[in-house]
Amino acid sequence: MKRLTVWLSATIALVLAASAQAQQPLKIGFGMSLTGPLAGNGKAALISMEIWKDDVNAKGGILGRKVEFVYYDDQTNPSTVPSIYNKLLDVDKVDLVVSGYGTNVIAPAMPIMMQRNMVFMSLFGLNVNSKFSYDRYFQIMPAGPEPAIDWSVGFFDVATSLNPKPQTVALVGADAEYPSLALEGARANVKRLGLKVVYDKSYPPNTVDFSPIVRAIQATNPDIVFLASYPPDSAGMVRAVNEVGLKTRIFGGGLVGPQFASLRTQLGPLLNGIVNFESYTPEVASKYPFLDQFLAKYQGRAIKEGVDPLGFYLPPYAYAMMQVLEQAIKATGSLDQGQLAEYMHKYEFDTFVGKVRFAKNGEWSIPRMLTVQYHGVAGNDLEQWMKAGNVTVLYPASYKTGDVKAPYQDNKK
Amino acid sequence: MEISTALVLNAIVAGLLLGGFYAAVSVGISISFGMLDVVNIAHPAFIILGSYVAYTVHERFGIDPIAVSLVASPLYFLLGMAIYRIYYLCFERRGQESLRGLAFFFGILFITEVTLLLIFGVDYRLVETSYSSTTLRLGVVDFPLRLVVPFAVSMAMVVGLQLFLARTFFGRAVLAVAQDQLALRLMAIDPVRIKEYAFALSIATAGVAGAFLIVIQPVQPAIGREYIGLVFAVCVLGGLGSIWGTLLGALILGLAESFTSTFFGPSWAPAVSFGTLLLALAFKPSGLLGR
Repeated sequence: MKRLTVWLSATIALVLAASAQAQQPLKIGFGMSLTGPLAGNGKAALISMEIWKDDVNAKGGILGRKVEFVYYDDQTNPSTVPSIYNKLLDVDKVDLVVSGYGTNVIAPAMPIMMQRNMVFMSLFGLNVNSKFSYDRYFQIMPAGPEPAIDWSVGFFDVATSLNPKPQTVALVGADAEYPSLALEGARANVKRLGLKVVYDKSYPPNTVDFSPIVRAIQATNPDIVFLASYPPDSAGMVRAVNEVGLKTRIFGGGLVGPQFASLRTQLGPLLNGIVNFESYTPEVASKYPFLDQFLAKYQGRAIKEGVDPLGFYLPPYAYAMMQVLEQAIKATGSLDQGQLAEYMHKYEFDTFVGKVRFAKNGEWSIPRMLTVQYHGVAGNDLEQWMKAGNVTVLYPASYKTGDVKAPYQDNKK
Repeated sequence: MEISTALVLNAIVAGLLLGGFYAAVSVGISISFGMLDVVNIAHPAFIILGSYVAYTVHERFGIDPIAVSLVASPLYFLLGMAIYRIYYLCFERRGQESLRGLAFFFGILFITEVTLLLIFGVDYRLVETSYSSTTLRLGVVDFPLRLVVPFAVSMAMVVGLQLFLARTFFGRAVLAVAQDQLALRLMAIDPVRIKEYAFALSIATAGVAGAFLIVIQPVQPAIGREYIGLVFAVCVLGGLGSIWGTLLGALILGLAESFTSTFFGPSWAPAVSFGTLLLALAFKPSGLLGR
């Protein structure tokens, strides 16, 4: 009788504990840039992730647990990142972590992730894992297995497809993490293609007037100008290029900014002729069959919250990042970090941005960033960007919608 | 790279235009920090406030942002008066202005940023004026109106301020406040009132400079912090409390930045600018036109 009582008590305790566990929310922690220079992207990513959370919770959560976010504003400041992730893991006791937006805030979290053996799903970090080689790092930007190089492959392949083949190139970018990595990759592509570098310099991110830089580039008379920049300097460089009347055959490559509504509406026709990267554009909507459902939800919320009302560049991928985690947890039935990492390396994921498979270094196994050229932009209204018409997809071949128009100034006529 | 006359002339023009903008963002600090001894670290926040006011009115009514800032300058003046009054009552009168006053202005900086963030969100804002995309060309030299218009208004503002401070009774009283407040009291002038007006004047210039900024480049609430180092460097180089010095310092830093960007590489621009500052201070510690 005594044994039966002990057995019954233990069983009841276990059932109660299990039920308590089932009631506990599944906590996912992250830092996100909600203030500072990249807050526009950070807030857009957060909206997407919250849409995913609402969708998942509406279906009963994951492993029977409601999903809950614990997040802090990293102020777009890399020095805040380590303390945020330490707090998430030690104080908030989150079950999983994901990254905030961008290379600058992903890299400082890496040592902590490695120390704690956490799976680290990251959002648009360029080539972060090249220095860490961490086997539980995964990245949702479709840059490819050699991100720094793959990032500008499309731009340089398009540029060198011109007849006669361009011979000289100018490389320029901001003194910051992403532009430095993008320039590093561009140099590798330049070497591969046998181009001659006639200008290779960087500028401080808080530069006000870019016209002296553009004039210095013009003085070297390059066939190709590759620019890697963040939104404020993208705007400054584009304006300066138009003011100086830069004469080159191809200009663009790595501008962050023209992907977003704010810069598209502010710069308007000044964007004509620029060759740049995009992660999605309505011209290839047929390749992303389920994305319109997400964009409809996102755009409604984004307008209310005063962030990028287009949501083409980052938001679908922020949602896809969470879909990858969700599918891995459901398939393994576990939150064990080792099992999750193993599964994520082994299997393909179905997301709103298409099929995703990770390479050994956690990057996409096949690059799928689009190289596009803007054209026919008239005026500064947003409507023209909501539908197809102002963008030609040049690369990759399977997404191509037209040919590049060169030289650059011909697009201004 | 071949150094052509066109490249040199364009570097000079670009440097002067940039210097004109730097003068506008720095002249307020020259008054508050140089003349009044008020370390207004929140000065860039008022510049950004000016940017957003210009942006909002331009978006709603289509009025030119610089015209908006000139019309709104009395409001910035009143705001400056209110802030100085609080600063005076809470810190300066009690002799606690050094450290606590600094914390006060830091607080104002953050509050302004967060308020703008809550109202306007985090996206970059830029004003596209009728002249933003126009560039005048005289021979081989380009004059982008996006920089020429702020330069012209900035020059008018700085020269006007100098004339006002040098030739009016109020202006001389401001200069006297910087030197000897007791002597001013003996002449039946209230130094607090004088400082209040002078500080308000500095905030008004910041508001106007904000309109220049949003015409020149995209703005988001936290971008003002990037100008803290620059505005103090310009004032120190020119000589604290000297309006002509501020103008000279701004033009020198603008030219240094432009020439470095054109001929040596833009990443050297801050090093050359601050190297110039150190060199100038080594030979003339009070700044170029400082007393």
